[in-house]
Amino acid sequence: MSGSEVVIVGGGVTGLSAGWWLARSGVKVTVLDKFIVGWEASGRNGGGASHYSSPLFDEEQRLWPQMDELLGYPTEHQKGRILIAMTERQWDQYRFIAERHTRLNHPVELLDVKQVQEAVPLAGDNCFGGVHYKFGGHANPQRTVQAYAWALQDLGGKIIQHSPVTGFETAGGKVTGVKTANATYGCDAVVVAAGPQIPQLMAQLGVDVPLAAARAEMIITEPAPMMPLGGVDGHKIYGRQTLRGNLAYGGGPHEWLDVDATGPAARPSTPLARNLAKRLAELLPKAAHLNVIRSWAGVIENSPDGRPIIDRLNSPDNVVVASMSSVGFGLSPASGHAIRDLVIDGACSFTNIDLLKLSRFDGLEKDWREKRGWMPIA
Amino acid sequence: MDLNFTGTDVCAINGTRSAPEAKYDLVVIGAGPSGIAAAIEGAASGASVLLVDENPVSGALMGNDTPLYFGGRMTAATQNSDRMLEAIFMSMPDLEKAMEAGVELLLGTTAWGVYRNGPGVQSLPEQVVGLADAERSWLVGFDRIVLATGARDLAIAFPGWNQPGVMGAAALQMLLSRYGAFSGRRIVVLGSHDLALETALMAQEHGLDVAGLVEVRDGPQGDAALLAKITAAGIATHYGQSIAASKGGLDGIESITLTDGTHIACDTVCVAIGLIPSIELVDAMHGPRALNAARGGYIPAGEPNVAAVGLCAGLPDTGFDHVAYRMDWVRAALRVNAPDTIICQCEEVTLADLIGIQPPNYLPRPAAIQARSLDTLLDDGPANPDQIKRLTRSGMGVCQGRRCRDQVAMMLAIESDKPFGTIPLATHRAPVRPLPLKILAEWDEPATMDAAWDVWFGIPTQWVPVEDIGTEYQDAHREMLYTGMYT
Repeated sequence: MSGSEVVIVGGGVTGLSAGWWLARSGVKVTVLDKFIVGWEASGRNGGGASHYSSPLFDEEQRLWPQMDELLGYPTEHQKGRILIAMTERQWDQYRFIAERHTRLNHPVELLDVKQVQEAVPLAGDNCFGGVHYKFGGHANPQRTVQAYAWALQDLGGKIIQHSPVTGFETAGGKVTGVKTANATYGCDAVVVAAGPQIPQLMAQLGVDVPLAAARAEMIITEPAPMMPLGGVDGHKIYGRQTLRGNLAYGGGPHEWLDVDATGPAARPSTPLARNLAKRLAELLPKAAHLNVIRSWAGVIENSPDGRPIIDRLNSPDNVVVASMSSVGFGLSPASGHAIRDLVIDGACSFTNIDLLKLSRFDGLEKDWREKRGWMPIA
Repeated sequence: MDLNFTGTDVCAINGTRSAPEAKYDLVVIGAGPSGIAAAIEGAASGASVLLVDENPVSGALMGNDTPLYFGGRMTAATQNSDRMLEAIFMSMPDLEKAMEAGVELLLGTTAWGVYRNGPGVQSLPEQVVGLADAERSWLVGFDRIVLATGARDLAIAFPGWNQPGVMGAAALQMLLSRYGAFSGRRIVVLGSHDLALETALMAQEHGLDVAGLVEVRDGPQGDAALLAKITAAGIATHYGQSIAASKGGLDGIESITLTDGTHIACDTVCVAIGLIPSIELVDAMHGPRALNAARGGYIPAGEPNVAAVGLCAGLPDTGFDHVAYRMDWVRAALRVNAPDTIICQCEEVTLADLIGIQPPNYLPRPAAIQARSLDTLLDDGPANPDQIKRLTRSGMGVCQGRRCRDQVAMMLAIESDKPFGTIPLATHRAPVRPLPLKILAEWDEPATMDAAWDVWFGIPTQWVPVEDIGTEYQDAHREMLYTGMYT
């Protein structure tokens, strides 16, 4: 497919990674984004990169340590994570997870309180212990998104911002063009990686993609002294110490939303910042004096089983649809590779992603959102 | 895995939040003259009224130039909160009138966020304002809110501006007239519009040595009567000048040199070029606002039940174009500041790195990133301060951008050759004041919140490892990690 033209709908981390992978294979790539690259959930997440539940896990782990070099721009990737238990129940749960890792040969180590404090000096002696993942890690989402975009441009790809996609042109069972208000972009293949807007876009092609959107929130503190291990999860919150030293944390209840074809109307944060602050002050008691300086929210979509949808359609047969179901950032090096394979070769070369096929939702009940309680508050 | 959906997502926010601790017909944020008047008027009409003001803020926050640009020129008196409180009551006799009128008054209490349902959120039980004092934070409900948050200082970089003794006019006025707690002796005032003239005269009335007024334009900008007083007071004026260099020591600034070579000894440079209406809360609550150059910048555009009064609603319109005036100062700043001049003090972002869109100095700069710049970024679309914040970290520090956000926006306008009004306002986010985790925390959160709390969505199938699907481990996984979810 070298020299062919692929249009990617959505300049989030998944679409950009796919575009970068395709450009590396000599494809002419155009990424269309409604606003600025990475402006939605791709730039508003915890930056974690340790998704051992995913069929893309091995590729995620293989690629992250190389990403700065491959992209040519810093991502702030750091290796390793720790899960700190603050209750007996959490300690039971985290040891269960550790056993599972051991069974699958993922290197983990159980840490006692003293060892936890050595790795994470902001932790207190009120914890029960920790699980040190000697794999996985975290990176800076905003810097990484821009790195993909720039690396894609360096390979000759185009990023067209401020250009919401309005529809498609089709002929002979294929999408032949992608339309915006100002132009139509001719293409040999299309990747639809438009997050919460995927269902509306795909409906125009007669394809039902069951996704529901929700809002989630994070807080960030002023910088703390750098800790030996900055990827600290636990106590039902997730986050990281940035390379600047800030503590960025999220978790907790989400709010289901209706998102129309133009995307989220707003991303308001709420007093949930107080509940995040409580848990972070408990998880890292020696950080309790640190100032919170921002809070923010992002809107992410989920599929009915919470797993990604990465699939090349039968009809139109040159369309790949990709939603990472609220867990896209860390897996992006691998999801882009998988999407590249589907576009060029029709199948993923490095792992079995049958689990992620859209067809698993054939016959899904019409009221799947209502059944799950995934409806907006009336 | 059999899932028995119940129609309820137990991990959703629905119904989990705490109710506000109290509710008032009217909450007034800011106990300056306009806020006090609004509170008294509300109480007189029979409304229940809460009036809050963040002052006195802690010495630590003042040291971070919060809420005003104090430049480290506070005396030790500002560490004594009882004395500061007393000073506020002494300088604001109307506060007692407000209390007599039935207004509930909370000083030393910050309003750090206003929240209400709207696009993207419908889960709030009612509209609330988040408050915090030195001990804790809490939420208060309201029917109407009046924002009387005043105006904050505009800072503009000059060589050596990032040292003690460089401060803003509003901060100087507060330290002089309210607290009597200014530690400088000999000041240079930047600007010659009314703010600068008034500040210079006030400083001289307080017995300070006003070593001169520096104006970037070729003549005075302010009211003729005020200017006559400056002349009568014998204060030297320097027109068509800005600061080309400065010297300093451990205690901060010691002297400045103007672009014409004039050398002036001073221990304080007061930047009195402009005030920015304090619209942090309005913006953070997604309230409408509009750019009004005659009223000092972005101001609240008004909406039902949310009023803005005093300087927060805009500076008095005298026909003066504040934006054009500030842009002249920033153009001069871009001429005189060396590439290594720090623009964002918190994050130590230099002018060269801001305009070069370079990452912070703790990251590597491979060849590809060195080839990037504002010019290359503009090829992709108009300059957006929030995007540039993410890449350079300017405005991302503990002062929450109070010292650099305005000048950065102006620099982006000038460097991208666009009118100031085309540059989006960098987002303000709650908490609009730095707030320690232990203060912000809702320590007594309702059990409903904890019951719904999951690290992510609580979808039972989301994290089952792919290898475990369909094996005995699948149910164990679900049982251990998702007890109570959905079924």
